[in-house]
Formats: sequence, structure tokens, C-alpha cells
Amino acid sequence: MKRARVVYQGRVHDAAPAGSGLTLGDGRNVTEQEVEWLPPVMPETVFTLGLNYADHASELSFKDVPEEPLVFLKGPNTFVGHRGATPRPDNVGFMHYECELAVVIGRSAKNVKAGDAYSYVAGYTVANDYAVRDYLENYYRPNLRVKNRDASTPIGPWLVDRDDVEDPMDLRLTTKINGETVQDGSTADMIFSIPVLIEYLSGFMTLNKGDIILTGTPKGSVDVKTGDEVITEVEHIGALVNTII
Amino acid sequence: MVRVKYRLQGKRMMETADTAEENPELLYDVPISGTVYGAALNYRAVYDALAPEMHKHPYREPPKAPVLFIKPVNTHVAHRGFIPMPKERRSVTIGASLGIVIGRTATRVDAEGALDYVEGYTIVNDVSIPHESVYRPAYKEKARDGFCPIGPFVVEQSEVADPNNLDIRVYINDVLRQENNTSNLVRTVEQLIMDVTEFMTLYEGDVLLAGSPEMMPQAGNGDVVKIDISGIGRLTNEVKDENEVSGGEGL
Repeated sequence: MKRARVVYQGRVHDAAPAGSGLTLGDGRNVTEQEVEWLPPVMPETVFTLGLNYADHASELSFKDVPEEPLVFLKGPNTFVGHRGATPRPDNVGFMHYECELAVVIGRSAKNVKAGDAYSYVAGYTVANDYAVRDYLENYYRPNLRVKNRDASTPIGPWLVDRDDVEDPMDLRLTTKINGETVQDGSTADMIFSIPVLIEYLSGFMTLNKGDIILTGTPKGSVDVKTGDEVITEVEHIGALVNTII
Repeated sequence: MVRVKYRLQGKRMMETADTAEENPELLYDVPISGTVYGAALNYRAVYDALAPEMHKHPYREPPKAPVLFIKPVNTHVAHRGFIPMPKERRSVTIGASLGIVIGRTATRVDAEGALDYVEGYTIVNDVSIPHESVYRPAYKEKARDGFCPIGPFVVEQSEVADPNNLDIRVYINDVLRQENNTSNLVRTVEQLIMDVTEFMTLYEGDVLLAGSPEMMPQAGNGDVVKIDISGIGRLTNEVKDENEVSGGEGL
């Protein structure tokens, strides 16, 4: 099943896909353009992986594969729904998208073994983890000014149930800017897989229902400009549309 | 006597209280509900100690923006809650900090008007596993369950004459182990709010930690840690074997 959270006529609704449109929780059918899309999950603790694809790590001039996951956190200010807008700051030289598979936790998890990890997953969605590299500093890198700016992490459109995804570690990820493909990879190339990440994180902290893990991005970082339409898509999960303003 | 806000069993309460007095009958909850953001290197002596390294690998140059991290919700624990001691460790680092509690949505706020966005102040213990480097985010050291005691209450902003001149004292088993003052902040409370909200919005209930001063004390299993901030109150927590506690149980 796929679920979204949308605003229609001044009210927040759960919604499911119906043909080219949506069915709201109360049974009404609406088009995609009639609603405002919210993040499909109310984010609480949100983890993001840096350098979790070998090809992206080399592109960013890190020669060695990391020994343990590079994890950073995001605050609620940074999320914006499907078809939302993300500001490009004035006078910056390099702002890039990052297409990522987002894993949504379904129940409290502590000291979980990788072999049991999927039973703690509720489902998946798509995230676009924009970075403004001009602001990169070598203190708690990647620092919040690069990665936690207002409305700079689009997420959605759908939360897709875990059991509807046959193998989350074998999904194609693509990003298009104004229709042109600029990033093309596969979750098969993750350095630390979803089960390994859940074992790692739950080994030192409790994961709660609704927590989200953004699992990192493959190579293909290209600058985005004001007015660009950026679509990050994960096979079987969804295509997340965002506009740079 | 000052006006304070606190929570008991999830209910919001407000009263006039003497922050130096303890009401042992009350079981306080964490008094805030938003995201907790910490600022590192925000005491002059802490900054100065790293300064000789700042032009070398891996830092290369001194930081421009505030050096921030998040204390996620699993770390939050109330006054008199337990700090779980990791089984493979002998001590944890006590990071005594003034907690600036945001009262309304703050985006691109000027230093001049910054305190208008502050609901009040609380005490936060930014507990961590000892670590030297601030090159990579230190969540394995900082985000363990129960590693962020907060409370006991929020003292209203109007009751605090100058947040940049508050004494901070840390007692471990009633022995004074650290003493400092928020006048030693690199970025004042107002400057920190300005520089953070320049790129990210803070919401009602969010907390900004002003930072932890130099000479952070270590605490071990069984130690009782008290952080006293003048006029804000006293936050008490016991460090306890993590196998005996999963964070947040009462003393």
C-alpha cells in the first residue's frame, strides 16, 4: 500500500493513489494538483548517511571506504513535501541534490541484529537531501548549515509499505533536472546496507516509530539553479518533484 | 521566587517557585517538547584549546558558522532520571549547559530582538562518551539513550536579568567539580540565536544549548551529578549501569 499526507480544502488528509489522482481518507477523489503534499511521515529523529555509496565517496575525494557509517541528524525545519520549493541561497556557487532511499522505522528498536532488522521497518519513501557546498566546514562535517537549511530536504510523495518492496537493496535511483538525467545508481551499491545501518544505530540508541534513515546517495552531483525542476526517483517507491526558488 | 513552567505526568504547569529549593514530592517530566540543538566550541577556553589545530588537517581553518549538533528525543531524560553508563566504559563526560528555550517561531532573527523569541531557560546536561575530535558528527558519543537530562523547569525569560552572566557549577557527589559563567561564551545567547536562525528556523519548544565550558568533569557508575545555574535551578541525575536502566526511570 502507498500512503500520502496531503492538505485539501484546509484540512490534513491521508491519501492513497487512484489512477492518476488520489483518494482521500474520506473517499473523495482529487487530482494531484488540487492538493498540497506534506511529508508522508511526521519526522522526529531523522538520520542521514554521508558517503554511503562507494562511487559517491570517491567523487567527493575520499579515497578510503569508511570503517563505520558516517551519520548525521536533521531537524524538522528542513523537510518539505512533494511538489514543494527549496530555496537556493543568493551568491552560492554549488548546491546539489542527493537522491536517497528513506527507510521509515515501524516500532521501537534497540540492539537489533541485522538479520531481524527488516521486521522493524514500516516502509520506504524518497528523499532529496540537498547540500549547499559553499557552507561546508570541517567541524561536525557535514555541518547543519550545509544540510539542515529550511525546506532543503524534500521527502515523499508516498510511504510505501515494507512488504510491497521485494528487495530494497536492489532499486534504481535516478535524478532528473528539467527532464535530463543527471544521476543514475542503485541501492545495491550502498556501503552499509539497511539491515547493517539498523543494527549499528540501534546498538547505541533506541530507534522509535516514525524515525527515518536517509541511506545516502550515489555519484552524480550537479549544480542546481533557480527555476530548475528536480525529480528524484527511486524505483517502485516514487518520484519526488521539487522546484528550486 | 520566579515564575517557572514544568511538566508533571505530561501536564503543563506554571507556578511561582524558588529555583534553589527542591520539591522532592514532584516527579518532573522533561519540560520541553521540541528539537534540542547543541553548540560546540562556544566557550572561549574550549575554543582557544582547539585554536592551534584549526589551521591544520582536518580542520584547515577556524569555523565560521556555529558548530551545531542535535540531541535527539531518545537522549532526553528528566530531572532525577538516570544517565545510563555504557557497559564498555568507565566514565562519561558531563557537559553542563544553559538551555535556551524558544517561545515562538524564529527565522532570521537579529541579535537585538533575539530575546523576544526566548520563552525562558532551563538546564541541560549534554552527556557524551569522551572524544577529542570535532571533525565528524559525534552521534555515537552523544546520542545514546538518556544522554541529555533536561530540567527541572523552564524559568521565564523575563525573570532572568542577563543570560550572559549566569554562574554554572557542577557537583559530583556534592563535590564542586566545575565552575564557570556564561559571560565566557564565544557567541552570546543573542548572537547564537541570530547565527543559527540565519539558515534554520527554530520553533516553539526547541532548545538551543549555549555550550559546555572547559574542564568538563567525568562521572562514573553510581555518581550523582548536580548542575546548578544561578537563578535557573539545579538539575540532578545519577549515572547508573545501562543494564539496570534503559533511560528515564526515576531516582
